[in-house]
Amino acid sequence: MSFNNLDQLYRSVIMDHYKTPRNKGTIENDSINIEMNNPTCGDRIHLTLQVEDGIVKDAKFDGEGCSISMASASMMTQAVKGQKVETALGLSKTFSDMMLGKEYDESEDLGDIEALQGVSQFPARIKCATLAWKAMEKGVHEQEKS
Amino acid sequence: MISKEIKSYFPILNQEINGNPLIYLDSAATSQKPVQVIEALEYYYKLDNSNVHRGVHTLGNRATEKYEGAREKVQKFINAGSTEEVIFLRGTTTAINLVAQSYGRANVNEGDEIVITYMEHHSNIIPWQQLAKERGAILKYIELEEDGTISLEQVKAAITERTKMVSMVYVSNVLGTMNPVKEVARIAHENGAVMVVDGAQAAPHLKIDVQQLDCDFFAFSGHKMVGPTGIGVLYGKKALLNEMEPVEFGGEMIDFVGLYDSTWKELPWKFEGGTPIIAGAVGLGAAIDFLNEIGLDEIEKHEHEMAAYAMEKMSGIDGLEIYGPKDPAKRAGIVTFNLNDVHPHDVATVLDMSGIAVRAGHHCAQPLMKWLEVSATARASFYLYNGESDIDRLVEGLRSAKEYFNDVF
Repeated sequence: MSFNNLDQLYRSVIMDHYKTPRNKGTIENDSINIEMNNPTCGDRIHLTLQVEDGIVKDAKFDGEGCSISMASASMMTQAVKGQKVETALGLSKTFSDMMLGKEYDESEDLGDIEALQGVSQFPARIKCATLAWKAMEKGVHEQEKS
Repeated sequence: MISKEIKSYFPILNQEINGNPLIYLDSAATSQKPVQVIEALEYYYKLDNSNVHRGVHTLGNRATEKYEGAREKVQKFINAGSTEEVIFLRGTTTAINLVAQSYGRANVNEGDEIVITYMEHHSNIIPWQQLAKERGAILKYIELEEDGTISLEQVKAAITERTKMVSMVYVSNVLGTMNPVKEVARIAHENGAVMVVDGAQAAPHLKIDVQQLDCDFFAFSGHKMVGPTGIGVLYGKKALLNEMEPVEFGGEMIDFVGLYDSTWKELPWKFEGGTPIIAGAVGLGAAIDFLNEIGLDEIEKHEHEMAAYAMEKMSGIDGLEIYGPKDPAKRAGIVTFNLNDVHPHDVATVLDMSGIAVRAGHHCAQPLMKWLEVSATARASFYLYNGESDIDRLVEGLRSAKEYFNDVF
């Protein structure tokens, strides 16, 4: 059996983030808390963010799910940490476009996230990859409102 | 024995997925449709389509005969006392909601109990949660045994004189467990409660006799038993249905309409508001003919064999855990499992690349996932068109999945 297609999905960078997730855990005191589920499959993420002066000072996640959802959460926290909120939201938009197979801003340095591009070829798995990003967007918007 | 040629009646199975012949192991989600059902739908729309119970014209009569003819087929299929006890609805979910909203609202009061189990599908949990909240009633869960079965001791412990309704799945969509619903119905009746049976996974696979089970309500869906989507059945005892108010009001279900008050048609039509699901019922009738031709006893036997073969072959894979009863005789053709260290979504994606369709996730049974202490599982479910070679392909696919993930880890 040939699994060439699978190699597009399960790139080694993704597996590395899955095995040794970055920013795993929760930020204590005064952080933004977001719980999000993927109701169709049971993936669950608990994201905590610390936003000060329009900058994402810290981001940590906890939860359970498949390799794609957990690797994507790890990469997301890595990408947004230290960024301005607008930059983080911009990255989220770029990521969403990439998942939907739309044209996206390739000038942006996506780092490890680029490895998730193959997910767009697996429609059933796109929601796994976007869960953490949706949680981040929700957290940032909720803080803006308050 | 079910002939291997049965597969040739299902055109969808004759295709390649991701470069491999399709092996469809997700019939517990929905079954595939034989050409007989597809043609019955086509024939109905090409030659007989019309609205029912109204036209003086010939087509109207023909459509009515087909629709009511399908009801007779269902009545015989489940051995209901009469066609008045067979209500066509959208599916199992709608049927259970009707019972909760009509019978439940009228009979469940503050402090009363509704008893269900830990292995219910969401469609047999949430209607009762909502009813309990609305009426101030108590929702109780029957505990499961360690092997995912239900013991009558636990049933007796849960059902009391305050219990008004007991609702239980006949065959679990996750564990495959076949529950002793006849005995549970007896215990429910001894305590003055009514018994509702979620038969969604049972009707496709076992001979159903509602009179022998002595349940008060029995719900099932057409699409899991080689019929079309959008058609299902609620069976109810006539005496109970007669007492119950409809929950949907409009055309087709009325007897006389005044300016400020109206009266309802007799059974079963008072529960079938709006233009009914005519083509769906015709398709379900064709599905019943197809299953009867093979014989439900044969189908049940085939599924036990499939389950036994799958469990034997799958347990040879290191690190593969199967949930539910270990004894294949206690389960239908459903095998839910996890491959250690590989998340079920990842398992399902790798299998899909080999043309094998399985379900991954919580199977609309989150309380059961909690009981199993897992967030998700993979599930292979078998039907009359599956054979041992399909299971061999599954096992081969699982071994490849394991190897693949061992390599990348």
